[in-house]
Amino acid sequence: MPKYVVATVDEIPPGQRKIITVERRSIGLFNVNGDFYAIRNQCPHEGGPLCEGVLSGLVRSEMPGEYEYVRRGEIVRCPWHQWEFDVRTGQSWFDPAKTRVRAYETTVETTTSLATSDADLVDAGYTKGPYEAETYRVEVDQQYIVLHL
Amino acid sequence: MVDTRETTYPGRLPRWGNADLVDCDVQVAVGSVDVLAPYLDQRWRDYLSESGVRAIDPHQYPKGAPISALPGSAPATGGPPGSDLGLLRAQVLDRWQARYAVLNCGFEISAIHNDDWALAMARAVNDWQAAEWLAPEPRLRASIVIPAQNPELAAAEIDRLAEHPGFVQVLLPVRAEAPLGKRRYWPIYAAAERHGLAVGIYAGGASGNPPTPVGWPSYYLEDYVCLSQAFQAQVVSLVSEGVFTKFPALRVVLIESGFTWLPALMWRFDKNWKGLRREVPWVDRPPSEIIRHHLRLTTQPLDEPGEPRQLIETIEQLGCDEMLLFATDFPHWQFDTEEGVLPSGLRPEVEHRILATNALETYRF
Repeated sequence: MPKYVVATVDEIPPGQRKIITVERRSIGLFNVNGDFYAIRNQCPHEGGPLCEGVLSGLVRSEMPGEYEYVRRGEIVRCPWHQWEFDVRTGQSWFDPAKTRVRAYETTVETTTSLATSDADLVDAGYTKGPYEAETYRVEVDQQYIVLHL
Repeated sequence: MVDTRETTYPGRLPRWGNADLVDCDVQVAVGSVDVLAPYLDQRWRDYLSESGVRAIDPHQYPKGAPISALPGSAPATGGPPGSDLGLLRAQVLDRWQARYAVLNCGFEISAIHNDDWALAMARAVNDWQAAEWLAPEPRLRASIVIPAQNPELAAAEIDRLAEHPGFVQVLLPVRAEAPLGKRRYWPIYAAAERHGLAVGIYAGGASGNPPTPVGWPSYYLEDYVCLSQAFQAQVVSLVSEGVFTKFPALRVVLIESGFTWLPALMWRFDKNWKGLRREVPWVDRPPSEIIRHHLRLTTQPLDEPGEPRQLIETIEQLGCDEMLLFATDFPHWQFDTEEGVLPSGLRPEVEHRILATNALETYRF
């Protein structure tokens, strides 16, 4: 599963989003209360730019005049036809049986963890050698959002 | 002048056999306010005579328009069509061999802007129906007329009559003062549901609102054709305001509304609900499902396309065999031959549902 560093954490404050393009796919990256989620920026209905829509919640009601506002900031509405999707899972909540949009895993990693990760080299077929050069610790205060495509 | 057609009532269609038949829309007319005098308190009798009020008639069916009355439906002794029990027996109950017929009195209580007077007149019309129609004729059922302009008084009038087994429906005018889903009208729906009464919305009302959403038309033709727009607005209001969520046992019958417009309305309503349902979260199912469950429509007047098959296709598009209720709309002149009373080409089981089963499931007969 290829991974891409797609944004810095401080680029996307809570409640905000960033539209990115990875491998020719347009993807929306959302910060929901400090957690990051990514879904395809393409509505399964008519292909509208789903992730550019209003970020809102859902309203439940048992009776006219009663409103229960739930999942505020977790539901994106496609700007074309107002279909509603959970940005955390891509699940549609207007017609749940039929519609879902692709969701991607995201992780937050530091410069150090990214730099010291061996996964890409192992994936590329390299084997660790017996020697290790002297290293120096470098202070970093930046965190990155990594998309798992 | 006597029309020769008035003396022949060939009867039912042979293919119906002995099947039950319920006529869900028979109009009764209050000839003049004098008819109501025995049922009015002295105060209101004097009020009427002192003010010179002789009739309350908004002329929904103008006297001279051919559609207004079947030839021979006006009593020879005077009075308007639909004001004589003998003629009604001969031309509806006996002619169709109806098990029941539901009376709808279009007396325009909504034209009276004094709430107390409106209630007095509604009570008089209801007591007149009970005494002069229901009591002598066991095949008749009736609809409660109410002062819809004051829903609390209206609910009290429904409660007053609820124990009378002859009343099966509460009438509301389609041209009401406001969309009928509004919460101001809910006391009426609560009372109807409480007593197992249907709510019938009839093609009338003198609230002052025009029959179209774009103002007053010039011609009777426009008035008549456009009334279906008022029905559509009321259906959308009832569903959107959550009346059927609040009153899950309520049945609403559209009387003289036509029905060919309903499939298209349901398609449009469902589609736009998907995008806008957060406004009306109590509408938790597609509107078409709610409409099919709660709404019923009388069959006459029929909209008739040139190709009869197209009407059958439209009925199939309703997506439900339980919605249509047989009605002659007597004494209005809506069809010429017995064959014209229903669409031709219905499957027999659907026709039998329309003739009686749907009505028996809708009304507390």
